[in-house]
Amino acid sequence: MKNLLKLTFALVFVFAAFTSCNNTKSSDSKSGALASNVAEKVYVAPGEHDSHYAFISGGYSGNLTVYGLPSGRMFKEIPVFSQFATSGYGYSEETKPMLNTSHGFIPWGDSHHPDISQTAGEIDGRFIFINENNTPRIAKIDLKTFETTEIIEVPNSAGNHSSSFVTENTEYVVAGTRFSVPIPQRDMPIKDYKGNFQGALSFISVAPETGNMDIKFQVLMPGFNYDLSHPGRGKSHGWFFFTTYNTEEASTLLEVNASQNDKDFIAAVNWKKIEEYVNNGGGTMMPADYAHNVYDEHTHTATSTMIKEVRVVNPIDVPGAVYFLPTPKSPHGCDVDPSGEYIVGNGKLSANLTVHSFTKMLAAIEGEKFDGEAYGIPILKFEDVLAGSVEQPGLGPLHTEFDGKGNAYTTFFISSEVVKWKLGTWEVIDRQPTYYSVGHLTIPGGNSGKPQGKYMFAMNKITKDRYLPTGPEMEHSAQLYDISGEKMELLLDFPTHGEPHYAAAMEAGLIKERSQKIYNLEDNKHPYAALSDADTKVVRKGNEVHIYMTTIRSHFSPDNIEGVKVGDKVYFHVTNLEQDFDVPHGFAVLGQNTSELLVMPGQTKSSVWEPTKVGVWPFYCTDFCSALHQEMQGYIRVSAADADTPIKWSLGEDIE
Amino acid sequence: MKTTLKLMTVLFVTLLLSCGGKEEKKKEPISYGKKEVPTKVETPKEAAVTASKRIDLATKGVGPIKSVTLGAEIDQEMVTHGADVYKKMCTACHRTDKKFIGPAPTGIMKRRSPEWIMNMILNPEEMVKVDPLAKELLMEFNGAPMANQNLSEEDARAVLEYFRTLK
Repeated sequence: MKNLLKLTFALVFVFAAFTSCNNTKSSDSKSGALASNVAEKVYVAPGEHDSHYAFISGGYSGNLTVYGLPSGRMFKEIPVFSQFATSGYGYSEETKPMLNTSHGFIPWGDSHHPDISQTAGEIDGRFIFINENNTPRIAKIDLKTFETTEIIEVPNSAGNHSSSFVTENTEYVVAGTRFSVPIPQRDMPIKDYKGNFQGALSFISVAPETGNMDIKFQVLMPGFNYDLSHPGRGKSHGWFFFTTYNTEEASTLLEVNASQNDKDFIAAVNWKKIEEYVNNGGGTMMPADYAHNVYDEHTHTATSTMIKEVRVVNPIDVPGAVYFLPTPKSPHGCDVDPSGEYIVGNGKLSANLTVHSFTKMLAAIEGEKFDGEAYGIPILKFEDVLAGSVEQPGLGPLHTEFDGKGNAYTTFFISSEVVKWKLGTWEVIDRQPTYYSVGHLTIPGGNSGKPQGKYMFAMNKITKDRYLPTGPEMEHSAQLYDISGEKMELLLDFPTHGEPHYAAAMEAGLIKERSQKIYNLEDNKHPYAALSDADTKVVRKGNEVHIYMTTIRSHFSPDNIEGVKVGDKVYFHVTNLEQDFDVPHGFAVLGQNTSELLVMPGQTKSSVWEPTKVGVWPFYCTDFCSALHQEMQGYIRVSAADADTPIKWSLGEDIE
Repeated sequence: MKTTLKLMTVLFVTLLLSCGGKEEKKKEPISYGKKEVPTKVETPKEAAVTASKRIDLATKGVGPIKSVTLGAEIDQEMVTHGADVYKKMCTACHRTDKKFIGPAPTGIMKRRSPEWIMNMILNPEEMVKVDPLAKELLMEFNGAPMANQNLSEEDARAVLEYFRTLK
């Protein structure tokens, strides 16, 4: 009997072992052929890295978010045009000047079109530029530190939208105005817009070594709306193309009044020609008022300089520099293919996509076959410059990107889809739905001569049922497609932050290698840094009290401070003495009117505190830094305004 | 029956004894993870001494430093550099002659091997996980971790030379 039982157990065991083996095998092969194949394509195993970075604009958040592809994981939000409590950007004394403008300190911005710097037509991963639409500015983010290091205000501009795209050697980052305005600004009746308002196209030079920005010249164009732009490349390097709408020059009810003309224009600007003109003393210096804010990586401090003049160029003074290419129905996107031959203008209200030929444009200019002029700027004949049209591919075309293999991908807002079509034959190859109402799309290496076309992602304006509901407001949704095959394959939905407009993306290698891990204490030239414990002190200057403070796991030095009075302006200058990757310390004091500070290893940041009440107030580290993080605290004693408590500071006086 | 009881008692006592023996062994802090320690006999006495006071010149620790040769004379140039690095990178937690966040370096050369000291400076994260002495020190100093200040080997060597002057 016992033996029989044993036998049965043994048999059952063996059987179970075998069947479980079988099960594993069959489920593996099944998933390989079906749905989980898609999951594998976006699966990045724990601890492994994504293959691409994506930098997605934050729209009305004013920031730039960093994602990994193909996982769709968000790694960081880089503050650019908005105050950001998480790091203290725009709140700390060092970064407040970054948000200075000719209109004063502005805590917010609307960021739209990030573009990565290029060398010889290929993206090089050094800097990323992004435009602020509302109070026109261009920012530069250093991809070594992922910090905003420069912001330049753009005078004479309004609605800085056809920005911030770089030329193929990052000679210029270009910023065009969406709204035309009186230049210079003046008090005048709005109804006198036509013929009086102008649109400024700004060419901001970028110094090759440092990346420092400077407005080299502004071309003052007729009062149209300059919507989007892209540089020529390869054969068309030296030219820049801008879509226009409202060539009707309406100042009211644009949704009707700016849709009257059958064709608006793409403005082709030969910037090399204008640059030469300017280098020979051409153009005029015009009074202006704009801020140039630069963050110094050695002093960890930004300075804001007001500039009082800008060079402007009247396009009719430079013959052969600017032409208009008629393009149907209020074109929005203005995209140039990797070879530089084709200029795609997506007429928002047009049934067809219009593609112009650079070669034909040059021939038409050569033959001087003009179809009249607008404010002295020659208009080329539509038929003479047209390369071809993609016939009725969808509704509401917006933006086009390229895969470098002869294909173009255009988003259609109204019909919610991405359409793949072939350059040269203009035939539609594939179409895939988006969920829902897609705006921009991005292919890594997008605005360059060498797209890295494995992935494409579409950024949608409406999310609705794609995620669990979060009340009336939903984050916008992006969708990742595999474009390595003939057909596009939808791989993943992922949420984005704020409202993404354009995004820039690239293979991770270059950026990953250069990414900085700490700030070297040796290179810290902050005037208020305490580089070792011996440098810590408290100094009173009138009613200003400067506290030179250090942090390391897990204490502040000093951590007991006395002698501060109500009405004082207390500056906490906090230096993080850590020299190890990813060990920031935070700082916050009770009643602080600004945000906390998050201080990176080797960095110094300052926070102002104006105590209003007598008492003993605590400060502490806001970032869980070590097992003794909860012990990382201190006290500051605030005496009455007329008290004579002496300045005193200490750390660990009672130890042994 | 009686014999069975006796036998049981003997067994039980042996069990107790062996338990007690094990407990005592647990108190020897460096008896685990060390393979070539013939000095084990002395360990019960040492257990009473705190890790920071204990003398162990044999252990080299784990990290990039496998062997260090100390010159017969102290290299004064190196000492100056080492003192400077120590001031900038270490004084946030260490005072030369008194216990602060971490132990005082004065007399350290009499308690630790040069290799152990440099490995503790250059590879603290792994040391406090693996090296029995470093583990004990972490507990003795309230769990305050030795921070990795990313010193170069050259700087760490200079700090070591400076420590030779702290007697």
